[in-house]
Amino acid sequence: MIAEIGLAALWLAAALAVLQMISGAAALRAGPGETNPLAIYARPAAVVQAFLAVLAFAMLLRSFAVTDLSLKLVATNSHSMKPFIYKLTGTWGNHEGSMLLWVGVLAASGGLLAAFERRLPELTMHATLAVQGFVALGFYAFLLLSSNPFERLPVPAVEGNGLNPLLQDIGLAIHPPTLYAGYVGLSVAFSLAMGALLTREVNPAFARVMRPWVLGAWVLLTLGITAGSYWAYYELGWGGWWFWDPVENASLMPWLAATALMHSVSVLAARDALRTWTIMLGVLAFSMSMLGTFLVRSGVLTSVHAFAVDPERGAFILGLLGLYIGGAFTIFALRAGAVAEGKRFAVTSREGALVFNNVMLSAILAIVLLGTLYPLLTEAFDVRVSVGPPYFNPAGAIFAIPMLLVMAVGPLLRWKSDKPARIQFELMLIAALVIGMIALVSFFGQFPLLPLLGLGLAAALAVAAFLPLRGRSLKRVPVATWGMVLAHFGIAVSLFGMACEGAFSEERLAAVAPGGTEQIGDFAVTLEAVTPIAGPNWTAMEARLAVSQDGGAPVILTPQARSFWSPPQSTSESALLTKWNGQLYAVIGNQAEDGRWQVRIWWKPFVTFIWYGGLLIGFGGILSIVGRMRVDLKRRAASTKGAQRRADVEALGPAAPQPAE
Amino acid sequence: MRKLTLWLPLALFAFFAGLAAYMLTQEKDQFVESTMIGQPLPAFALDPAFDGLPGASKADFSGKPKLLNIWASWCLPCIAEAPQLEVLKQQGVEIIGIAIRDKPADVANFLNRYGNPYTRIGSDKISEVQLAIGSSGVPETFVIDSKGVIRHQHIGDIRPEDVPVLLRELEEAQ
Amino acid sequence: MIRWVFAALLALLAVPLAAQDSMPPAPYAYNQLEDPALEAKASALMHTLRCLKCQSQSIADSDAPMAGDMRHQVRARILAGESPDQIRRWLIARYGDYVSYEPEVSSTTWPLFAIPVLVILIVAGVLLRRLGKRRSDGGEAEAKA
Repeated sequence: MIAEIGLAALWLAAALAVLQMISGAAALRAGPGETNPLAIYARPAAVVQAFLAVLAFAMLLRSFAVTDLSLKLVATNSHSMKPFIYKLTGTWGNHEGSMLLWVGVLAASGGLLAAFERRLPELTMHATLAVQGFVALGFYAFLLLSSNPFERLPVPAVEGNGLNPLLQDIGLAIHPPTLYAGYVGLSVAFSLAMGALLTREVNPAFARVMRPWVLGAWVLLTLGITAGSYWAYYELGWGGWWFWDPVENASLMPWLAATALMHSVSVLAARDALRTWTIMLGVLAFSMSMLGTFLVRSGVLTSVHAFAVDPERGAFILGLLGLYIGGAFTIFALRAGAVAEGKRFAVTSREGALVFNNVMLSAILAIVLLGTLYPLLTEAFDVRVSVGPPYFNPAGAIFAIPMLLVMAVGPLLRWKSDKPARIQFELMLIAALVIGMIALVSFFGQFPLLPLLGLGLAAALAVAAFLPLRGRSLKRVPVATWGMVLAHFGIAVSLFGMACEGAFSEERLAAVAPGGTEQIGDFAVTLEAVTPIAGPNWTAMEARLAVSQDGGAPVILTPQARSFWSPPQSTSESALLTKWNGQLYAVIGNQAEDGRWQVRIWWKPFVTFIWYGGLLIGFGGILSIVGRMRVDLKRRAASTKGAQRRADVEALGPAAPQPAE
Repeated sequence: MRKLTLWLPLALFAFFAGLAAYMLTQEKDQFVESTMIGQPLPAFALDPAFDGLPGASKADFSGKPKLLNIWASWCLPCIAEAPQLEVLKQQGVEIIGIAIRDKPADVANFLNRYGNPYTRIGSDKISEVQLAIGSSGVPETFVIDSKGVIRHQHIGDIRPEDVPVLLRELEEAQ
Repeated sequence: MIRWVFAALLALLAVPLAAQDSMPPAPYAYNQLEDPALEAKASALMHTLRCLKCQSQSIADSDAPMAGDMRHQVRARILAGESPDQIRRWLIARYGDYVSYEPEVSSTTWPLFAIPVLVILIVAGVLLRRLGKRRSDGGEAEAKA
């Protein structure tokens, strides 16, 4: 019954998406001054649809919670013996479930937009809802026609197949839903951009409506990527935190586009400049998230994370991609010429710096896109090539380094036009920090170029991030400015972590007999014992490693080599010892014939800063949203007050002359 | 000029969509082919994989075209291709095996159960020869001509329909 | 972090790890070279070589037996005095460009290098057009839609 309710809700939601689309489009066709009778349905359709789609997802969640083995999806992806939490997270650990989560979030954000957004001209709002309905409809069709999550088995299965053990991890519980929500937030930005373009309302008011959606999506993407990177770091068992794998790139590309969009929409909101560019980025950001979905699900590229691959689904997503993105770019090409460029500004101005970095972000996006898709291109000619870190790192750095330098300076500049001489002191300080840090580090040893530059830039950025606060009363700094300061500081922190990991990591691989000790950095690691243990759906060999720093009291680490039996697969569960200045990372491997155990240990100084930085960036984004919303609510309150006063005056107006009579 | 630039994103997207659509129709090729075809076998000399047969070295590939079969007792597809190797042997083909990361007892067991089509089996404990000839998995079969030059690579287990192909390749390698 | 899930379970049952084969790994598959300088060279090279049996991982990030054997080859050859470049070439001669994550300019990879140069040119062009054109009417004059 539960599954049938879910399926029915999904069909109804799809029908409402059609209504929303038609109603929104009808509103556009009405002549000036009239209202189309159909137009009133768009908003309610979006709201009810949101409830239905969320209901459908809740029903699937319940089927997974009780392991309803008559459902095909549950039988192929779950197992009655699995820990409860992984039964729940398993709901979106597969293709159908994650697509349902995707449309659930999509409908929910469409509902929010329809229910609460009153600032846009009604016509633009209807165009936006029509586009949103059109996008949602495609995904409903995808779910219902080619990947129905509620399909029943003719005969209920006796037992489920289980979930890929790599995915049985708390990291999976948060990472994909966060990313999906981010992708979906970009779809709202896309709908708004198309709505504004269709109704020729590309202006600061529209930018202010779009901004929270872009910021929100960007925060979620930031946190999702941060969580995903940490998950790969501790789960894959070799200490790598970013592999430039196609699936990772698929999540990075929307983030790059969203970062550019977020800054450009701010310029549009504050200064009424960069109109076409903002629309372009709005389309680009959403196309990158759809492209990511396509790459991950179609299996056209090989990846570590590819677990839901099917060419037929790939064809469906590609069709949707062609429809939405092809359509959007066509409308863009036809309409954007009519959108004026907006206000102009000097090179040395806040806008100038933002444009520069927007272009740099786009260039990095182009490099990542090229490197990711290039193997696909050559495969069309039956040539196989690999593009990896040795390509992405330097090619990305060509654009990232100037971008980071301008990022340090940009917030210090004034809008419209500024003189570099005014911020002479700050410029000198930043240059001194970059050069000083690089000189200092080079003094201690030979390090690769990129981490060295990274350290120099990180030092300068960390200080530069707080320079905009100089000479201001801290209590009166707007919350949104604090958000920017924190986010920029987060970039510095993250960069510092990456550079330290790249320059100073130490590695120790050894075959160790029980009782043997290995030295790495300041740590002495003793293998005390290896014992078999059993978990709910796995067994493991667990090593007891006594780690003592500089002869201090030992701490026990217990890395495991796990064997899952359904599906049969083995994983390495690394053990981490976190210090303020880095992490000790230990993995236990196989036993050799002579009885010794393979042990892998890394000391990674400041590696945790990579993710602390990511969290800071996300937190900065949240502060920014809060700050903007507060200003917005105040402005709204003020304008209603103003309107009321005007109404009062008007009401008094005709009354005023009366006494004269 | 501006008009044209506005169409650029669409053009790029169309190019990508076309490429992606084409690639979706293509069979996903998971194999990594050796680029050693046409090259002479690298020099090697491997110890016997078990007591029953001599080991293998480059010098063994002379006189007439032979098959070099990369296999292992722990590999399931190798069981599937055993009957086809037997057929090839009956056709008078000389098959020299290289057992990857294998133990003598396991090799002997495997041959007892699934038949022994080999004249020699070298033991490659660290995939040394496998890497040297550009093979990336088990089982793989190479056609080596009488001068010791690699002529053909067959990736994966040999199915009945592959037998004539291999025979023809051997013929051409004369 | 989810220790409570399995804390209650007894650690008595254990089956041996289901490995692909039972052979011990090659000597240098999981062991470093004595000389830190040589090991650093080998490690840098291993991070840029693709594991052929894996989905998309370097041989330095993989537990696949074949990745172990490739690591052994790299370390053994470095120890024998070969340069990382020679080893990369040796592998490319056997597996093609696919085995190396570090594309080199060749007839099949030139766009990977030409396009970034093109991107730099476009970026320079865009920036000059948007920022360089400091017109006298640069103020509000253009704002009219």
